[in-house]
Amino acid sequence: MGEEISTKEAEIPQDTGELTSLLRQEFPDEITDYHSHRGDETVVIKRDSFEPVCRFLREDSRCSFEIMMDLTAVDRLEMNEEPRFEMVYHFKSLTHARRLRLKVRLTEDDCKIASIHHLWKAVDWYERECFDMFGIHFEGHPDLRRILMYDEFEGHPLRKDYPIDKQQPLSQLKEVDERHVYGRHT
Amino acid sequence: MTDMNLLQSRIEGDSSGEDFSASVMSIEIGPAHPAMHGIVRFTTHLDGELIVGMDTEIGYLHRGFEKESENSKWIQVIPYTDRLNYVSPLLNNIGYSMAVEKLYGIEAPRRAEFTRVIMGEISRITDHLTCLGAAAMEIGAFTFFLWFIKAREYLWELVEEMTGARLTTNWTRFGGNSTDLPDGFLTELADRLAKLKDVMEECDKLLTRNKIFIDRVKDIGSFSKEDALSYGFTGPLLRACGIPYDVRRADSYSVYDELDFEIPVGSTGDCFDRFLVRMEEIRQSINIIEQAADKIPEGPFMTDERMLHYPDKKDVYGNIEGLIDHFKLVMEGHQPPAGEIYMPIEGGNGEIGFYLVSDGSGDPVRVRLRPPCFNFVAAMPAMTIGHYVADIVPIFGSVNMIGGELDR
Repeated sequence: MGEEISTKEAEIPQDTGELTSLLRQEFPDEITDYHSHRGDETVVIKRDSFEPVCRFLREDSRCSFEIMMDLTAVDRLEMNEEPRFEMVYHFKSLTHARRLRLKVRLTEDDCKIASIHHLWKAVDWYERECFDMFGIHFEGHPDLRRILMYDEFEGHPLRKDYPIDKQQPLSQLKEVDERHVYGRHT
Repeated sequence: MTDMNLLQSRIEGDSSGEDFSASVMSIEIGPAHPAMHGIVRFTTHLDGELIVGMDTEIGYLHRGFEKESENSKWIQVIPYTDRLNYVSPLLNNIGYSMAVEKLYGIEAPRRAEFTRVIMGEISRITDHLTCLGAAAMEIGAFTFFLWFIKAREYLWELVEEMTGARLTTNWTRFGGNSTDLPDGFLTELADRLAKLKDVMEECDKLLTRNKIFIDRVKDIGSFSKEDALSYGFTGPLLRACGIPYDVRRADSYSVYDELDFEIPVGSTGDCFDRFLVRMEEIRQSINIIEQAADKIPEGPFMTDERMLHYPDKKDVYGNIEGLIDHFKLVMEGHQPPAGEIYMPIEGGNGEIGFYLVSDGSGDPVRVRLRPPCFNFVAAMPAMTIGHYVADIVPIFGSVNMIGGELDR
């Protein structure tokens, strides 16, 4: 049996990747943690500096992350970690052919983070999905409403304290919205 | 109040504050419209036939893939991944298994990797055949659709031979595949690829230079490079815009670095470019399959790492280690070491990325899928505004929206 597989708590190496060094140099007080487990460069930053760091990642020529690949959250309730939520952003740079994972930790009673929809257009829907599934509030998002679930749904299904077998009553038929009436101009 | 009176009062504007003099009309398209594939609703705002605004509603096929996965064992997620992109289920199987392998820090044996490449490329071809066939049918090219579905059938029979199922494949495992190549598979494969090439040639003659088809798709849904990147486009749609980003080359995984293939790119990103890119990708995939079939080495198709694969039945019944391993794997499940990884692979219509978080116990903490067509559907308003209603159909056909993956 391989060493690595047998140990439950794998050693997470504290390698410093090129990007991590750059970010630590540019934002020395904002980075709380970093690692590159299995070669995925990961940087954890403070919430307040999240927007400026994203702007730097997109606009600085040493980073030029053109694509915001993925945005999601992790509910660490069952891992007994504090704070409870972790926002996870994956960026891809085609210019430098590399990826970066950026993480921000949010407490349960203050799960708000600045929206970055103005930096990448893809963020709009991903933030809506994250709000829908985890109840994270993205401050400054122009249209933060549910996307996969229906409006009447209560709770946020991907939170660990939302029971998997919970059922919700069927929602009532909606009144047809005035602006959706067909052919009103005929 | 009679209807006529109501209408009159509305036109005069005394029943509400809305401006009824404007000529914008809202029309719902879908979710039950055939061209919307049953699961997307567009509320289009029209000025005559010109689209001036569009709201998109998704979520009609949301089945809680991520929630279900997080309440399962790691191995139990594989069947769920079949149901994500259901026209190329093998690519999802492969993506997920490679993600868990990355979490373990292991690689599958070489024979397994080559088999995955062959089956993955077959899946990519079936994905493109379905997308192109359906998109062409929706704008009237019915013969093209039937011929492509015929060609897809050749390949799905191969998939059935390999996995036992056409769609619910459930084929890969952590550290290898559940089955090796069946007897005579490679001969059959070569035979069917030859038939596929014939169909490709016929269909190429039928549509690629067909004026009726070109008039419907040329300069429709054009997208700039900057917008495509900003919207997070990947796969054929990004390449149609002229950016040669392909995960198989950019983050060369599996054995793709040993295989020679080209990445087709378009220039304007319109529906015609997307069509051409997908057609060429089918040819490149055929090329990849032929190379992989030549190079496939002998050897095991499953790792012999303990606690990864289920031990052979002779070990389960014959010795205590086998019995214990079997018992622990069934009762406690696979236990990848604690950590988090993101594993991207090139799916049928873009980058499929699995983000997995493990705490070292047998239960996944987070199973996240990055669905490639989520970005495309998000960009539908940007692609359609300024076009006519009839253009929604070719544009939506060319983005290859797959409900299972979009809504998860």
